[in-house]
Amino acid sequence: MRALANLHAAGAGFVPPSTNDFNLPPISDSVAWLTKPVLLVFLSVIVVSTFFVLSSRKAAVVPSRLQFAGESVYAFVRNDLARDVIGHDFMRFVPYLFTLFTFVLTNNIFGIVPLLQFPAMSHVGFPYVLAIFSFLVFHYVGIRKQGLGKYLKEIAFMPGVPLPVYILLTPIELATFFIVRPLTLSLRLFANMFAGHLLLLVFIMGGDYMMHDSHLIMKLFSPFSFAFGIALTFFEFMVQCLQAYIFTLLTALYIAGALADEH
Amino acid sequence: MRSFNFAAEAEKVNPLIPHTAELVVGAIAFTLLFLVLRKAVVPMFEKAFTARTEAIEGGIERAEKAQLEAQRALIQYNEQLSSAQGEASKLREEARIQGATILEELRTKAQEEAARITATAHASIEAERQQAITSLRNEVGALAVELASKIVGEALDDQARQSRIVERFIEDLEKSK
Repeated sequence: MRALANLHAAGAGFVPPSTNDFNLPPISDSVAWLTKPVLLVFLSVIVVSTFFVLSSRKAAVVPSRLQFAGESVYAFVRNDLARDVIGHDFMRFVPYLFTLFTFVLTNNIFGIVPLLQFPAMSHVGFPYVLAIFSFLVFHYVGIRKQGLGKYLKEIAFMPGVPLPVYILLTPIELATFFIVRPLTLSLRLFANMFAGHLLLLVFIMGGDYMMHDSHLIMKLFSPFSFAFGIALTFFEFMVQCLQAYIFTLLTALYIAGALADEH
Repeated sequence: MRSFNFAAEAEKVNPLIPHTAELVVGAIAFTLLFLVLRKAVVPMFEKAFTARTEAIEGGIERAEKAQLEAQRALIQYNEQLSSAQGEASKLREEARIQGATILEELRTKAQEEAARITATAHASIEAERQQAITSLRNEVGALAVELASKIVGEALDDQARQSRIVERFIEDLEKSK
């Protein structure tokens, strides 16, 4: 308490990290749009394409270690996500789902990679774009499969429901398919990355602040803050993988739903 | 402190409002990655999977074929073996029958031979007896005549002489034998 009082007295209180910490300045003043997240997104494209092109180049029956690594990721998306969820005719969607998974995963993991340490998906623009793509894909698939009229009718008027229920159901269903799904898809990813990064910032910056404080007690407790920051980094890694998986899984589920004859 | 001075001074930004630049960059970057992965990566991995599946299935198929062949060969061998065994037992049976026949024939032949030899012996004995009888009869006649002539030729005055003559005659007979 005394320490805190002193802090306030000194007027140099700890400024907690806020949403503004996510607005990084442009790397060069002349190119306003070239910020760190933009650069990281491009870097992720280079990293992912290089890794997978190199690992898939030989396409050997007996894989090398590199090919095995790339293949494992590909097989995971292809078999556990695309094939198990979409089923018949899943191969059409494997490239999209594969790109989605690797792109999101890599950008998420950039959040804890030393020196990079920023999850681009905490900038809502990127999740929005991905959600829009998924939105377009699953609606396009549904319309192609069933025709525009029938597809919309199936969404708005779910078959096998008593007539009065439609008063309630139709708005909910329309909202689900056209607003809630893309919004939750993007916001879930965004919020997780945003909150995770904020958490790390709190503990790392807090530890840094405490270390530089003049009070011995603060200095003593600073390592705990850092330790917690490190523990949270591992937790973040889990969340980052999980979010990439969920985004891809939900997209696959939406595609499967659009392909199914009955909702 | 340094880094967040900038932030603190900047206007409050709503984190839910996207930057236009990021939307564009995100779309371009994602599309780029999608094109690369679809063009270069997915087909190659699929190729590897197909090749692997084929290799495995080919191996299984080959193994199945080999097993089938082995089974067929086994059945064939068993058949051959059983037929050979049957043939062997048939041959043995035939040989046994043949042996018995041969034995029977031999026995019959031997009996016939024995009978024939006995018969021949009987016949020759009979013939010899007949011959002996005939020659004996002739000889006895001649002897009788000779004896009679001798008896008649000498003077048969006494008993002793007669018996001497008979004895001499018998001695002569024995000598001539």
